[in-house]
Amino acid sequence: MNKKIFDYFIKGEKNKWEVIIGLEVHAQVLSKSKLFSSSSTKFGAEPNTQVSLVDSAFPGMLPVINQFCIDQSVKTGLGLKAKINMHSVFDRKNYFYADLPQGYQISQYKYPIVGEGEVILDMPYGTKNVRIERLHLEQDAGKSIHDLDPENTYVDLNRSGVALMEIVSKPDLRSPDEVSAYVKKLRSIMRYLGTCDGNMQEGSLRADVNVSVRKVGDKGFGTRCEIKNVNSIKFMQMAIEYEARRQIDLLEDNKTISQETRLFDTKKNETRSMRSKEDAHDYRYFPDPDLLPLNLHNDLVEKIKKSLPELPDQKKDRFIKDYSLTSYEANVLVSEKEISEYFEEVIKTSDKKLAKNWIMGDLFASLNEKHISISESLVTANKMAELIDSISSGVISGRTAKEVFEIMKETGEDPKKIIENKGLQQKSDPKELEAIVDKIISDNKDKVAQYKSGKDKLFSFFVGQVMKASDGKANPQLANEILKQKLK
Amino acid sequence: MIDLTKKTLCSLVEGIKKKEFTSEEITISFINNSQKGKKLNTYITANFDKALVHAKNFDKKKNFEGLLSGIPIAVKDLFCTKDVKTTAGSKMLNNFIPTYESTVTTNLWKEGAFLLGKLNCDEFAMGSSNETSFFGNVINPYGDKLIPGGSSGGSASALAANLTPTTIGTDTGGSIRQPASFTGTVGLKPTYGRCSRWGIVAFASSLDQAGPMTQNVEDCALLLQAMSSYDPKDSTSVNVKVDSYKKNLTEKIKGLKIGIPKEYRVENMPDEIDSLWKKGIEFLKDAGAIIKDISLPHTKYALPAYYIVAPAEASSNLARYDGVKYGHRSKGNNLIQMYENTRSEGFGDEVKRRILIGTYVLSSGYYDAYYTKAQKVRQLIKKDFDEAFKDIDAVLTPSTPSSAFKVGEKKNDPISMYLNDVFTVPVNLAGLPAISVPAGHDKNKLPLGLQLIGKNFDEQTILNLALAIQKRANFKKEINEWWKS
Repeated sequence: MNKKIFDYFIKGEKNKWEVIIGLEVHAQVLSKSKLFSSSSTKFGAEPNTQVSLVDSAFPGMLPVINQFCIDQSVKTGLGLKAKINMHSVFDRKNYFYADLPQGYQISQYKYPIVGEGEVILDMPYGTKNVRIERLHLEQDAGKSIHDLDPENTYVDLNRSGVALMEIVSKPDLRSPDEVSAYVKKLRSIMRYLGTCDGNMQEGSLRADVNVSVRKVGDKGFGTRCEIKNVNSIKFMQMAIEYEARRQIDLLEDNKTISQETRLFDTKKNETRSMRSKEDAHDYRYFPDPDLLPLNLHNDLVEKIKKSLPELPDQKKDRFIKDYSLTSYEANVLVSEKEISEYFEEVIKTSDKKLAKNWIMGDLFASLNEKHISISESLVTANKMAELIDSISSGVISGRTAKEVFEIMKETGEDPKKIIENKGLQQKSDPKELEAIVDKIISDNKDKVAQYKSGKDKLFSFFVGQVMKASDGKANPQLANEILKQKLK
Repeated sequence: MIDLTKKTLCSLVEGIKKKEFTSEEITISFINNSQKGKKLNTYITANFDKALVHAKNFDKKKNFEGLLSGIPIAVKDLFCTKDVKTTAGSKMLNNFIPTYESTVTTNLWKEGAFLLGKLNCDEFAMGSSNETSFFGNVINPYGDKLIPGGSSGGSASALAANLTPTTIGTDTGGSIRQPASFTGTVGLKPTYGRCSRWGIVAFASSLDQAGPMTQNVEDCALLLQAMSSYDPKDSTSVNVKVDSYKKNLTEKIKGLKIGIPKEYRVENMPDEIDSLWKKGIEFLKDAGAIIKDISLPHTKYALPAYYIVAPAEASSNLARYDGVKYGHRSKGNNLIQMYENTRSEGFGDEVKRRILIGTYVLSSGYYDAYYTKAQKVRQLIKKDFDEAFKDIDAVLTPSTPSSAFKVGEKKNDPISMYLNDVFTVPVNLAGLPAISVPAGHDKNKLPLGLQLIGKNFDEQTILNLALAIQKRANFKKEINEWWKS
């Protein structure tokens, strides 16, 4: 297979353009309670039922750091091979909005908890390192609901105070595909770590996308626009494509790009100006006097380091080495923690090659078809292993196995029971098969003669006849052997 | 019959225990006095009915385990009190009834005290004369034209006029010590982190500290002990053991070294303040203390630094009063208009002034020149004290550069009003404990206080020194209760 080369360039009227992308990913910390209060973070509750006096900023209420969220951020930082800052500071980012009860968001500005790190992407044209600039902790705001009433806005504060990790990349991404790979990799790492569930539908993961363009060969960066709060990978890709094209059109028209914040309209598939740099908020950041600076203890960081699970990159290397997988296969199998666990569970007892093919083939197809995750599949790892064992031991053929799998994915039934109930076992008794073969030979004397005179292709005719005569249950390998012997 | 309202907190606590009188008798006496004291305008919200019920219940059970068993106490209206309106002296919170109780008041109630009422104060504790309250001026018992100081002016006035046996205030830049000095009472600002800020309406978080306001030093020691605690709900609260201040209180201060900072000899300081200071030095010498001249070189930068840091924090702390969740809300055609109308109508001029200053000093382009620089000054002021405390045990200064001034005298001159905090502000910036103890009178027979500044968490030493001064100053309250007529 030829190694592909990177080729995402946009052709304008005059020039060929390169797209420069940096991401600010907001990942909700997987934690039962909020960053500075003990309210629940559970998704989907009735509006304003998970709101404490702190979350709603009552007079005299004070934030207290939830240590678990700190641990989670350190863990994430370590997973990103990043520098952990032993000293960090919580700042107030001041602005007014109805769903921001304090009138400020507690965030980290000058001194984030995590510094520079990196994420490695496997692209068709090789691996690519994306540098992480920083990770900082901050509170989420509540939600303004504008469409329940023609005149009033409703506010739901359930999200108010939920802990977010803002993970800022350097402008290292160059295409929508790289953005997709990056977000997926980041999500995978955090899911392995158990620090963010990565659920984009529930808003646990969303991103601000910074886009600029430059002529291929140029070294400097163009003026960037920030597309705010995009909540799916598909939308990120669409927004980038639209925005890059918009900027290129402007530049080729000898117009300038103004640095601004834009919104992606998912219905119209376009980005729209939200506010220009001149209108940008002055957030008046200053250290939150209600919170002491956060000083981490070395022991804590070491303890978390020791507790780190095997991460996708390490697991991939091990899979390649231990299970003779290709880099591509290993990538697919480690892309989600649950998939890798499923795979390893299946191969505890079953053939590795069959397992790999069945998981990446029929199982993935069924997951796609049903839009479910591997952990939701009715075909559990144990049942998959049983199915594969039935093939390896010759109880059923690979073809019959597909039939069994179709039933399993719908009912979750045990493969052995399906085989038994439907009488799908292969005929692997040599005597029984010999009898069938003998009958076919005697019934088709003319074809036997033709075969013997050199018409080799007729062999498959005989195989077909054996299968027909055995209702498709003849062990194909055995049938082949017997046929070859008898047709000599 | 003896007038129970003239008794000190300690003697009331003792008297109840000895069954000399009941909690109900005490409570009725203070309610009666309070009702006669309306001209002073000290109460924003009276809690008399509930207090009486509480007193009667107390008398039935007679549980004397607490430090303050059976004592009614009115508190500054900056402490959130469960089911009792808490206004912070502002229209913004005129309809606000908390569902929770501040940690400091909870501590008092745990010691057997109960709430007599909520006392007037400058709006959001911003003021030095109690003239910025939405609920009107408080009058100083020393004269019907005099301000009581601020921002804990209602507390100081009610205490001096015997409308409450004792009280608590908050001190961000002198808001306990200055009114104490103006009303001939004792006021102590504890070390930052000694008392929990949880449930106290915030003004400037890094400076705010609750503290006792009392008739004398003994009461102060008792009340400080009762209100102090480490509180996990306040991240800036410090886990240091609370001493038995009252039990350990002693005027035996022989050999303690007292620093006299030359920088506190400010320009235009009235002679009577200077002579009061000298008198204080003599009192302490007489008690066996060693007097040392010290230098706190950055003192003159304290006031400007304070008036950057405090408004900066306030501008952010007060952002939550936006009409959305609780408190005052004005109508508006859209969100921005609603905000503008709410905050224009809900806040008074001084609060608005400080929000504007604070917003300005934090804005980009000005942040480093103001806020960052002020924080550096703050560090230097702290360092000044740290250096000084290597050689001394406490610092003696006047509490204020003058006695109580007249209503309206400085109202339209914010700078001269701010200058009144010149001796108290450095202490807040450094986070240190300080007490104001009445030590004499000016030529108009108005009370004057001396301030003792201690080392971090060494409230005991300044209480002891204050006791030594109290014994020697023999300060007599000279109030004719004019408001009763």
